[in-house]
Amino acid sequence: MKPLSKSESYGYEISEVEAGGIYIFLRGRMDSSNASQLIDLFGSFIKDRHPSLLTIDLKKVSYLDDFGALVLVELRDMMSSNGGRFQLVNAREEVLYVLHSENRIRPNSLIKAHPPSVFVRYGDAILRYAADVKYLISFVGSVCLAFAYSFLHPRSLRLDDTFIYMQKTGVDALPIVGLLSFLLGLITAFMSSVQLQQFGADIYVASLVALGMSRELGPIMTAILVAGRSGSSFAAEIATMKISEEVDALFTMGFEPTRYLVVPKILASVIVVPILTLFSDLFAILGGLTVGVLVLNITASAYISQTLMDLTLFDVFWGVFKSAVFALQISWIGCLRGFRVDGGAASVGRATTSAVVSSIFLIIVSDSVFAIILRYWI
Amino acid sequence: MEKDPIIEVKQLRAGYNGNTILEQVSFGVLKGEVFVIMGGSGCGKTTLFKHLVGLIKPVSGSIIIDGDDIAHGDETLLRKVLRKIGVLYQSAALFNSMTIAENIALPIREYTDLSEKSIDTLVKMKLTLVNLDGYENYLPSEISGGMKKRAGLARAMALNPEILFFDEPSAGLDPVASNELDNLIIQLNKNLGTTMVIVTHELRSVCHIAHRAILLDKNKKGILVDGDPRYLRDHSTDPMVKAFFNGRS
Ligand SMILES: Nc1ncnc2c1ncn2[C@@H]1O[C@H](COP(=O)(O)OP(=O)(O)OP(=O)(O)O)[C@@H](O)[C@H]1O
Ligand SMILES: [Mg+2]
Repeated sequence: MKPLSKSESYGYEISEVEAGGIYIFLRGRMDSSNASQLIDLFGSFIKDRHPSLLTIDLKKVSYLDDFGALVLVELRDMMSSNGGRFQLVNAREEVLYVLHSENRIRPNSLIKAHPPSVFVRYGDAILRYAADVKYLISFVGSVCLAFAYSFLHPRSLRLDDTFIYMQKTGVDALPIVGLLSFLLGLITAFMSSVQLQQFGADIYVASLVALGMSRELGPIMTAILVAGRSGSSFAAEIATMKISEEVDALFTMGFEPTRYLVVPKILASVIVVPILTLFSDLFAILGGLTVGVLVLNITASAYISQTLMDLTLFDVFWGVFKSAVFALQISWIGCLRGFRVDGGAASVGRATTSAVVSSIFLIIVSDSVFAIILRYWI
Repeated sequence: MEKDPIIEVKQLRAGYNGNTILEQVSFGVLKGEVFVIMGGSGCGKTTLFKHLVGLIKPVSGSIIIDGDDIAHGDETLLRKVLRKIGVLYQSAALFNSMTIAENIALPIREYTDLSEKSIDTLVKMKLTLVNLDGYENYLPSEISGGMKKRAGLARAMALNPEILFFDEPSAGLDPVASNELDNLIIQLNKNLGTTMVIVTHELRSVCHIAHRAILLDKNKKGILVDGDPRYLRDHSTDPMVKAFFNGRS
């Protein structure tokens, strides 16, 4: 017997017996700290020597847990795949007990986690997508029904909640919307003045800012901010209620969850986001005015009268109308994602993210549709 | 105790996405009875519970509560039935954005025309009943697990429903708190004649409170045995029933 290596917690001696057999005498602990070392070491030994019989002597093994058992199982499998035999000798009772539990894992019960084939994955994705679409359609239906009900029974509307959401979505967002719109107006005026000055058309900066902001940038900017602030919080709120059984509780208390949770949110957003958009327009024009007066030396009254001359009521209403549609989309998607969760905390996070991403996506897509409608039909 | 069944489940088959969890489940619960659903983990207790309170529709079979079949009825019928029941969820499911008092007042405000002042008094009475007087203005996050359970019970009883459903009422409670809850259940059953349907693991509490129990089994996908738990504990000859009551296999 020749010792090959030694360490503190374990040791072994490998000796060769006649007819290509190998005898390994193990000592000490076989646990998580040395399992991978042992597998590597003996594994490469088996690979080099191709023994016909591997005998492992467990007489001096003081501790063996399922990691240790794993070593033995792996060695056994290696031997059998090499066409050799494997045997254990001198195992104590405690060791046998652990090995016994390991024996219950029959080779065929360990199904390898094969990555499913392309077809399976596509099929699975399509099925999941179909379920999503089905849910989406039924959600549209239940939201419409809930609104119809609230319309026919105004007393059932949760006014208090609606006011709270109006405050959260609208009033609380006003400072940030105002500030960003002001800066956006400032930037637009500044950038366009560089070009327009070359033609001596400084005064048209006012028209550009007013039209651009009230038709496009104002509604979009406001909608994106609302999606980030309120869409996400709607999703998170409903999702959390769903996983803590609160939605179930609402249901069994006889409240219709859609009516109770969704209607106030959608209603509040649709009322308050257009107003927010008007503020955004106003602040942007103020930003433009600041540039006009300070940089371009246009008088405030000239700037304002130019703005009033070019900005029609239609432009403002078109923007406001669009923002109402955006608000509907944002709040609807937020609630939808919230209701769609199942599982734990991670799915709340996913719901929130996807609420924001899909509502911004929807906002931009529907804005393009609006642009086309405006160009060809109005 | 009157002897009419208030809940009748007939040939219920339940499952998720095509997997059958329960089949051919039939039982009745008498009016005024404390009825317990027991069984090992994963045997479908929660599934059965969700069917009974109308959260899930069965694959087939019927669930008749006080004469109305909620498995086949429409929305209006379900709402009518839901008015007669109260549910205490495992996690109590209090609305986290509302105080305890608001939680309890919610169904009262919705379904009665009482003035705010009367509702206030009523809420205080309900809270006293579950030993939570003084906690009206606490948020659910500010009270302990056992207190949440009791507040949830007060909310479930807000309208004094004919049937109360409990999902694992003693899960996560210490023995004293769980014993208190058991006593509360017994008192309510005695004083108001409320029918109780309880899902639980706690053998001690089953034998303490239940008039009748069913034991579900995972392999049988249905009811293993139906009867008085004290009798079953002491006299059943079925090895699986014995194993369940003795905690041994
Ligand atoms: N939402 C679900 N979707 C699919 N399968 C489910 C779902 N909920 C439960 N199951 C399955 O239904 C079976 C019964 O689950 P159920 O929750 O009813 O068990 P239980 O008796 O309440 O167990 P426990 O005592 O552990 O709570 C389990 O096998 C479970 O995997
Ligand atoms: Mg359960």
